[in-house]
Amino acid sequence: MLEKALIGSKKYYGLVILLLIIIGGGFYFYLRQLTYGLGITGMSRDVSWGLYIAQFTFLVGVAASAVMVVLPYYLHNYKAFGRITILGEFLAVACVAMCLTFIIVDLGQPARAFNVLLYPSPSSILFWDMVVLNGYLLLNIVIGWTVLASERKSVPPPTWVKPLIYISIPLAVSIHTVTAFIYAGLPGRGFWLTAIMAPRFLASAFASGPALLILMCFIIRRFTRFDPGKEAMQNLARIVTYAMAVSVFFVLLEIFTVFYSQIPEHMHPFEYLFAGLEGHEKLVPWMWTSAILAIASLILLINPVTRRKEGILAVACVAVFASLWIEKGLGLVITGFIPSSLGRVFEYSPTGPEVIITLGVWAMGFLILTVLYKIAVTVKEEIAA
Amino acid sequence: MYDTAKIMAGIIIFLSLITFPVWYNVVGGKAAYIPDLKIVTQEKQCVESTGYMRTNHMQLLNEWRNTVVREGNRVYVASNGKKYDMNLSRTCLKCHLNKADFCDKCHNYVEVTPTCFNCHVVPEERNS
Amino acid sequence: MKTDRRGFLKIGGIGILGFAARPLMDVLLKGDLVEASPEADALTGKRWAMAVNVNKCKEGCRDCIAACHSVHNVPDLGNPKDEVKWIWTEPYKKVFPEQEQEFSTRGNKPVVVLCNHCDNPPCVRVCPTKATFKRRDGIVMMDYHRCIGCRFCMAACPYGSRSLNWRDPRPFIKKINPDFPTRMRGVVEKCDFCGERIAKGLIPACVEACKEKALVFGNLKDSGAEVREVLRASHTIRRRPELGTGPQIYYLV
Repeated sequence: MLEKALIGSKKYYGLVILLLIIIGGGFYFYLRQLTYGLGITGMSRDVSWGLYIAQFTFLVGVAASAVMVVLPYYLHNYKAFGRITILGEFLAVACVAMCLTFIIVDLGQPARAFNVLLYPSPSSILFWDMVVLNGYLLLNIVIGWTVLASERKSVPPPTWVKPLIYISIPLAVSIHTVTAFIYAGLPGRGFWLTAIMAPRFLASAFASGPALLILMCFIIRRFTRFDPGKEAMQNLARIVTYAMAVSVFFVLLEIFTVFYSQIPEHMHPFEYLFAGLEGHEKLVPWMWTSAILAIASLILLINPVTRRKEGILAVACVAVFASLWIEKGLGLVITGFIPSSLGRVFEYSPTGPEVIITLGVWAMGFLILTVLYKIAVTVKEEIAA
Repeated sequence: MYDTAKIMAGIIIFLSLITFPVWYNVVGGKAAYIPDLKIVTQEKQCVESTGYMRTNHMQLLNEWRNTVVREGNRVYVASNGKKYDMNLSRTCLKCHLNKADFCDKCHNYVEVTPTCFNCHVVPEERNS
Repeated sequence: MKTDRRGFLKIGGIGILGFAARPLMDVLLKGDLVEASPEADALTGKRWAMAVNVNKCKEGCRDCIAACHSVHNVPDLGNPKDEVKWIWTEPYKKVFPEQEQEFSTRGNKPVVVLCNHCDNPPCVRVCPTKATFKRRDGIVMMDYHRCIGCRFCMAACPYGSRSLNWRDPRPFIKKINPDFPTRMRGVVEKCDFCGERIAKGLIPACVEACKEKALVFGNLKDSGAEVREVLRASHTIRRRPELGTGPQIYYLV
């Protein structure tokens, strides 16, 4: 089926070339980072994780969201999602590929990455994250590809895929839970030390992922002859609504606990996020943008009249995605280090090379997504024809 | 047979590319020289026999590294019973004084770049 | 029983998986603590610890810091973003934020801080390659050869004791001590309680350098040790003991 990725319209080639150019730019600066060291980024002794790890964290969520189409279709036999499960699975593949790349890009000594396998350390959450992420990536490639291949031949998928699909469901939950444990298990980082971290991650994941999936469906419907189906998209929109509402609720729970208890170590990071601390307020405008986008999207999504209007739904999905990207992809990781363990407020902002490398990895993910979706959509078009 | 000419041309291009390193060295006159190592030894013998060291020095150094760093044990008991301090800078480089004439020559010949001396200090720097 | 090619491949595959499982289990179940076996002339100790007498510490004095950083080839990057430090001072109110009160005059008094060589170190727990590990004598040690620079330990350490080499440190070392390696870029480093000096029977460089005798180093398992006497005679506090890390730097304030 791979050959289908090679034949496409001018627009398709244009998109692929554009993505390749961005990847090239990112790669160039990555080579610079390899020779200079991670000092080329804005990360510091105090804020030792930055944009890379934050993108990884956010994208794990988007990847986990495939389960939101897989589960209703395979466990509850909800037929409307049958048309788009492949889109969810391939989205997961692209996102996990980005996640793993972001981890590699973030390593000080990437050449030694295999030490994680040579000296397996079950006490380290990062070890388990590597296990579940690779497992989830592999499963989604195998499941997506096999099911699509059978669909193309108009035969039912082979029976051995079923158990793999069932395994992929808890695994999707586990990749995000384990990623949350990276943060939630650290003593002395008040901002992260919360049992609600994993549920928070899952809630925001099940909002941001399906929101992106809806946007992808709009794009596919616009540019190809494959229609993912209005019913499927409307039900995805319902999932986004519930998940977004729960996600906002969870954040409010955190804010209550922190500010009612008045424990300084837990309060300071939230103050830094929404009001600024000791005159440092780089993230404040971002976080308020995120909050306003979250509330606006909820208003548009909860009201069935606006949710059913496709133009408004698209706007709401963009708002959800942007809001959660700011919350997870900017605020959550950096603020864990502010103030530092010695009470110092040292702000972080990414450098130019860091941003370009980050864009390069995103472009790589979107290239994988473009190619996989091209294959899937072409097969679907053939079946319909 | 279809497209015999094209296939043959392709095979020839492929073979010439893949054998590039070989004939590049032949043309450049760099083929098959033997690196000339200089050893300024104070001792008569290395910690193990020359043959063993030649083939296994990297494994031995890895073992030394792990024993010292991870187990805190700094004494190496050689197969002849002699004891040595497991120390790259102090023990190895005591005899192999000139890294450039010993380590580097062979490493350059086989095109390996060990990272040992990114951190461990070599004698020249010690003298300066 | 009829064995066709399909069946044979299935059984073969499962068999190979079985063989692979054994070594994997061996690795996973293997204990990771190493027994330190010092030389005959090394100080014999099982639990190293340090007591810091903040009152003896002279304002403006940097002897311990200078000694440590020159012995261990710690670079001076000259900016707070990239800086590497093993031992340094912080104001009292930042070191013990939970002990802060407005009428105290010692809020800005500099207090020496370094790796706490915790009994239950979070950095060791989170390391995905066992590059950071705890020795039997209590020293939390780093294997710079194995560190992949993921900086999980920097996030996990509640004391801010760890530094990453954000760039090649060599050009920033004023005078290289040939007897101790430098580090390469991309690895994390921290105080090692002078494991290399203890192996030779010496006390840590910072303790040796302190003219005021404000730093006392010794073996807690030895009831006659000076450090035990200090801990017995005076009230000492530790940094954030409520986290359960069991820090082994004791402060007389």
